[in-house]
Amino acid sequence: MENKKRKELQVSAIQNGTVIDHIPAGSVFQAIRILNLERSTEQILFGTNLESKKYGTKGIIKVSNRYFEAEELNKIALVAPRATIIVIKDFQVIEKKRVEVPEKISKFVKCVNPNCITNNESIITKFTVLDKDVINLQCKYCEKITAKDNMVFI
Amino acid sequence: MMKSKSLISIYDYSKEEQLQILDIAEHFEANPVQTILNDYVVATLFFEPSTRTRLSFESAANRLGARVIGFTDSASSSVKKGESLKDTILTVSNYSDLIVMRHPQDGSARYASEVSPVPIINAGDGANQHPTQTLLDLYSIKKTQGTLENLQIAFVGDLKYGRTVHSLTMALCNYKATFHLISPTELKLPSYVKQHIKDNKLEYHQYTELTEAIPKIDILYMTRIQRERFSDPIEYERVKNAYILRNEMLMNARDNMKVLHPLPRVNEIAEDVDANDKAYYFKQAENGVYVRQALLSSILGVK
Ligand SMILES: [Zn+2]
Repeated sequence: MENKKRKELQVSAIQNGTVIDHIPAGSVFQAIRILNLERSTEQILFGTNLESKKYGTKGIIKVSNRYFEAEELNKIALVAPRATIIVIKDFQVIEKKRVEVPEKISKFVKCVNPNCITNNESIITKFTVLDKDVINLQCKYCEKITAKDNMVFI
Repeated sequence: MMKSKSLISIYDYSKEEQLQILDIAEHFEANPVQTILNDYVVATLFFEPSTRTRLSFESAANRLGARVIGFTDSASSSVKKGESLKDTILTVSNYSDLIVMRHPQDGSARYASEVSPVPIINAGDGANQHPTQTLLDLYSIKKTQGTLENLQIAFVGDLKYGRTVHSLTMALCNYKATFHLISPTELKLPSYVKQHIKDNKLEYHQYTELTEAIPKIDILYMTRIQRERFSDPIEYERVKNAYILRNEMLMNARDNMKVLHPLPRVNEIAEDVDANDKAYYFKQAENGVYVRQALLSSILGVK
């Protein structure tokens, strides 16, 4: 009980909304950007470098009064493949699920190829996810592969 | 089947569609002047110059009776004034029924095909794709060997940066080719292309010597080694001279073997090869016109 209380204090509970847990500590800010939360007017709590039994350290994001489409949440699988999504209503956990790497990615990743048309004209990037484990993105335009380590978020 | 469909990447066409284009090209070779596109305007937009490719397309369009409009490099067009690719394509599509484009940036043609109401034929987008070259190479191979299946194909020269080699290799994987890859160590075929060969359960053999593979092959595809690929000019001179094909090297070649080259050549094929009946590169360039006639007419829906 004591332990549980202390854990809650790390990032306090929300009444209604979505909790995204088990984000790698280094990816919290990327996840915030991918979900376009920077411009949200809702209350957002986040923490990083928190203790995690499974992974050593982790990050967490809690967004009040927001319920995301699966499609939207799956985008963060690129930076947080083991993230858990927890849907909260009236302080109760309604649903708990894992993210899944999507088949197609659009808008928020930059193509690694400097000579790609998307880096030279104002064009929305589009990728096909070739390998869901390694996460290789193939650009729809220049056909080059953007690997996970080279990913830059727009 | 190809009607109104843009041709951006060789992977846009299935094997059946590729073969269908080659069949139509054969009809044009037998009868090149057919004024079936009298009512059409073809635009050739060359955002970077490529005289050979442009002339080949324009020759194809002219032989079909189409009118040709366009520009030969972006310096003489509104692009120089900072017009976006989208605006250029949308404007020109008002004036034409089909756009042939060459552009220095990778992916430009795919993007153009998304915004354009008329079909686009990619005549080269940066280092990415040049599908009409691949189709004319397939046509030349089929024409000289009677088939595309189970051939022994050698590529010589710059296999690392040569887009022509990459696309043709990938395409020939549909036809169960065996590959002989002859290049300096620093210009070997990229691993993703080799992986594609392996994924298709096909074989490749790598060589650094040009002569070794010659007796075993049906097609000898020569490419240019470009100076700008080397940081050390002495290394470039050494490598360049190690991959020159001379007539006497063809002595032990198979009777059916043909020498191909995408042209222009610099010195990688000695002039004494030209008189050998194995030299096929000028005929290969001619074949480009028939293949482009086939593409223009099928995409415009009149063949
Ligand atoms: Zn790209």
